[in-house]
Amino acid sequence: MTDIRISHAGENALLLDASSPTFRSDVQARVINVANALGCHTGVKQAIPGVNNLLIIFDIIAHDPSEAWLWLEEAWGQATSHDPDGRLIEIPVHYSHDTDTDMEVIMRYAGLTVAEVIQLHANALYRVNAIGAMPGFVYLSGLSHRLAIPRRQVPRLAVEKGAVIIGGGNAGVMPCTAPTGWYQLGRTDFELFDSTRNSPCFFQIGDRVRFVGAQ
Amino acid sequence: MIEVLTSSAHNTIQDFGRPEAMVSGISRGGAMDQTALVLGNLLLGNSPDTAGIEVAFFPFRLRFLEDRSFSLTGARCSAFLDTLSLPSDWAITAKAGQTLTCKALEKGCRTYICFEGGLDVPVVFGARATDLKAALGGYHGRGLQCFDQIPCGPRTITLPAGGYGLASPPSLPEENAVTVRVLPAAEYNDFAEESRACFLSQPWRITPNANRTGYRLEGTPLLRTSGRELFSHGIMPGTVQVPPSGQPIIQLADANTMGGYPKIATVVQNDLRLLAQSPVGTSVFFRTIDINDAVQCQRDTTRELRDFAETLSALRGSLLPWRQKQ
Repeated sequence: MTDIRISHAGENALLLDASSPTFRSDVQARVINVANALGCHTGVKQAIPGVNNLLIIFDIIAHDPSEAWLWLEEAWGQATSHDPDGRLIEIPVHYSHDTDTDMEVIMRYAGLTVAEVIQLHANALYRVNAIGAMPGFVYLSGLSHRLAIPRRQVPRLAVEKGAVIIGGGNAGVMPCTAPTGWYQLGRTDFELFDSTRNSPCFFQIGDRVRFVGAQ
Repeated sequence: MIEVLTSSAHNTIQDFGRPEAMVSGISRGGAMDQTALVLGNLLLGNSPDTAGIEVAFFPFRLRFLEDRSFSLTGARCSAFLDTLSLPSDWAITAKAGQTLTCKALEKGCRTYICFEGGLDVPVVFGARATDLKAALGGYHGRGLQCFDQIPCGPRTITLPAGGYGLASPPSLPEENAVTVRVLPAAEYNDFAEESRACFLSQPWRITPNANRTGYRLEGTPLLRTSGRELFSHGIMPGTVQVPPSGQPIIQLADANTMGGYPKIATVVQNDLRLLAQSPVGTSVFFRTIDINDAVQCQRDTTRELRDFAETLSALRGSLLPWRQKQ
């Protein structure tokens, strides 16, 4: 049984933190399953999975925070760590081969050649664990620990939309041009976020992702 | 239809934002001072969440291309309809061709201009609010510029000649200081005892790094005793984060939906309007509130505004015959 800590995130929200010092895939599966269960609860307005944690926003007019607290505890108690359902999606990546890019930094960190870095990144099966920070951004777990380069101390101010990036043990893709502390190892034309779509985020939590080298 | 004559990128169309879209990584957004927007709309018989203009940068001018009632709420500014000086928290009907000028701020930070029938821009993910970061909603996803022409919804009401206004508008923060109520957040107890005391006692100055995304504050740095790195997690507007520098950041309407910095507290939703109306240089004082009191306060406000909407619509009816007799 994983320890959970629940805290108030304002009067109408609660944060469930199930994290231990290292990321746990089974805990994340449970977080996603709890989010899916509570997402259907009439008193819950939003259930937003984070990385080994979950934020819920509830209807403060109809329900006391103590009720919502119980919902969270109950849902956590009942949830399993079974892998949540999800589609398998392949993202074509133009990996950067020139060594004056972030690739150079990643290679030095990992002590690997370009080909080895690409192989490690492309051979892993990732899972969409959380959506957030910027519109459509996904936090992907499943990155090889050899590529778990820590984030930059000072974020780069503008990393281009479509940049395929890694940082802090996660993988991701920039849905728009924005600052980030992660490192870029390629780019894709894949549209992660399109505000003209009914469901603007291409990915859903629980989806599996594979990066495929595009030539 | 209205036409913008003078504006800045900081002046945007806002409503209640997108509280249901955080799961897609879209900020809640919406009016920084939601109460002011609600009151402005109620004066015009609009639904409380109707889209209006949040004016954060002055001067702001627009021309009415048709007869249209409008209201001014929120921050107090010197405002004119052509040459007629307008009181704050006032609703009045403009004639086609008249110009509204919001010249300069007198008290507060953000003035709201609401329009009878609302601003009729496309609804994106359930809202008309402008999201500058995602460049969506509002008028082409950006701040208002000179020559922008914005259509309004159907006209619905007749106002007394000369207009009418709020007798007792919500108070604006007093010069240079504001007190907001907070609930302790997840990492509250990770901070040294002196830092927690310091957080609740010293004034925190709002630095120039303050906008719809958040306010960076300045004071004696806060020390966290645990160095535990946090995983990314959902954050609410009102969250007071403490990055390694020890200088707090209050996340506001356009904040990222996720963050990783430790959180010492969360400002209650009711008091976000006070921050919205506090200019750079203001000293912010934090005071803790019991969770049950915070909930009660939120429910009371909701009920008061609902009651006020009813009173107002009854009152408008009684004002009109008086107008016709004149």
